[in-house]
Amino acid sequence: MAAKSGRTIQFEKKTSLRSVLAMRETMLLLLFLAVNVMNISISPNYLNSYTLFTNINSFMVKGLIALPMAYILLLGEIDISVGSMVCLSATLLGVVYNATGSIGAAILAALAVGTLCGAFNGLVVTQFTELASMIVTLATMTLYRGISEMILGDKSTSGMRNVEWFANLYDGRVGHVPYLFLIFCVLAAGFGIVMHKTVFGRRMYAIGANRDSARYSGIQVQRIRMAVFTLTGLLSGLAGVFYCAWMGTVKNSIAEGYEMEAICMCVLGGISTDGGRGNFPGVLIAIFTMGLLRYGLGLININSEIINIIIGFLLVLVVMLPELKRMFKV
Amino acid sequence: MHKMKKLLQSREASLLLVLVLLCLVIQMRNSSFLTANVINSILKNYSYTMTLSVGMLMVLLIGGIDISVGATLAFSGMTASLLMRSGILTNGFAVFAASTLIGTLCGLITGLVISKGKVIPIIATLGIRYIYRGMSYLISDFKSVNASSMLPDYKDFAQSSTLGINHLVWITLCVYAVFFVVLRWTRLGRRIYAVGSNPSAAVVSGIPADRIKIFVYTVMGSICGLCGSMYVSYYASAQNNMAMGIEMDVIASCVVGGVALSGGRGSIAGVLIGSVTIAVISKSLSLVGINPFWQQALKGAIILFAIVVNVIVQRNMDRRVLERREV
Repeated sequence: MAAKSGRTIQFEKKTSLRSVLAMRETMLLLLFLAVNVMNISISPNYLNSYTLFTNINSFMVKGLIALPMAYILLLGEIDISVGSMVCLSATLLGVVYNATGSIGAAILAALAVGTLCGAFNGLVVTQFTELASMIVTLATMTLYRGISEMILGDKSTSGMRNVEWFANLYDGRVGHVPYLFLIFCVLAAGFGIVMHKTVFGRRMYAIGANRDSARYSGIQVQRIRMAVFTLTGLLSGLAGVFYCAWMGTVKNSIAEGYEMEAICMCVLGGISTDGGRGNFPGVLIAIFTMGLLRYGLGLININSEIINIIIGFLLVLVVMLPELKRMFKV
Repeated sequence: MHKMKKLLQSREASLLLVLVLLCLVIQMRNSSFLTANVINSILKNYSYTMTLSVGMLMVLLIGGIDISVGATLAFSGMTASLLMRSGILTNGFAVFAASTLIGTLCGLITGLVISKGKVIPIIATLGIRYIYRGMSYLISDFKSVNASSMLPDYKDFAQSSTLGINHLVWITLCVYAVFFVVLRWTRLGRRIYAVGSNPSAAVVSGIPADRIKIFVYTVMGSICGLCGSMYVSYYASAQNNMAMGIEMDVIASCVVGGVALSGGRGSIAGVLIGSVTIAVISKSLSLVGINPFWQQALKGAIILFAIVVNVIVQRNMDRRVLERREV
């Protein structure tokens, strides 16, 4: 199809060794390997699959929130109310369980409340498009945690883990592989496929790159934003369910700071908070890099605040890398 | 008359209306609310949040955001307290100066990362938030500095007043006055607005946008440092987890005060009203006998209400402007 102009479109991307090495995912993968090598050298038992999965399980709850957060950031939005939504759905789960004695109803209530909270975020954000999602979710972050505080006061609710199959949601394993990890894998595969292989995914990229031009090209921007915020609520509700299955007790202060952790995972994975850039495998690598880094440094008794310093440095450094390369002409 | 009408239709007027209504409702439920004593204590209690809002206003004006203010505040306040405990700082003024200086350096680093490193502000400050908070734990060896190792004149500063107004409130008033003048009547102030409302146009018209950005984040850092010493002086103790999450209150103050997160829009007067509103919500709900466990939810609801009202007022204003043009 070398048409009149004589121009041809080059289809093949050049893949030299240099460009592969310069890719963000390569960097991330190297970081991931480095963390693993460090962990192996710290503890000879690190590769024991049973303990390894025990520790992977402990950051899967945060990982569940990082999945929809990737979509939110891809749209150029932000949702800092996820921690509060996790807290509120977990609260509802505990309260409904203690009132009715039915864990099934309690799980449904938790998922419904999460979805409702997410839908409310979406509603405000789409009805008042002038408002940045940062502000809206800042207000709802206070509101949702406040509602949980209204319900619980300074008490906690517990007893959910007495139901054996419910506790098994977190504890149960197929061989050495925990159910939660399997569920996470299925969800992650689903999220990745939707993001990269469907029309919905391409539309999200389009909205993130330029919301106005996306609207003019016929994409129903507000409907997609609404859907993604609601989805975030649902996944937060799910995270709340697994939190309960894990801890078995809920206070009004749980899941504080989860939002920042989830955002951190996504950004480290290469999703730009400006929207429209990034890919899903990067996020997955980042979730495991961060989780395993915390685990490894925890093994040698490094305080979590010190680990935060390292994670903060990594975050800034990884994002600054392209600019640093340009500055020093590497 | 025309000017009067314009003033009444302005955004600040609608904000003030919300604040006045809120105060009236509280006053009706509890007649001791609008007394000098209570007002003074609310303002004293919230002086550092109100002061931080001024810095945040400038950051938001250039289209940025800073979620590391709590961490910067804690790090500079903690460092200054440690210097005081070890006897290096020997009077209250020196503590304030040292804390402000450390905050300034922290802010400078943030500004450099954002403008020279081309990192999106929210990501940069998210990372830096972890770093400064962690460093605060690191330098203090995970312990707090308590009142017994603090200078008496430094502790007294926050508890005493001049002309009936507490010293911390005086600092807040001074900061507001200075930045009112800077943002309104200086070239620097106009440049800050210019960078925020259209960054590329600002660069084309010869404004050194990068330098303005670094300056704004540095000033934010200085204010954090200043507030760090105010905070420690007020509580007479320096904890590592102090002011955790204060950035959310500060951003809320600005947003309720009508500052746009997209940059270029907002005023000191609005921020003053916004931060007083947040202070009143946070500190006086207990005065009207509202269950303490309901306060956070109510606060969230009021913030949401305020920003939504803000949008509706803005829409009406825009429509009126269009109508006037058509005539």
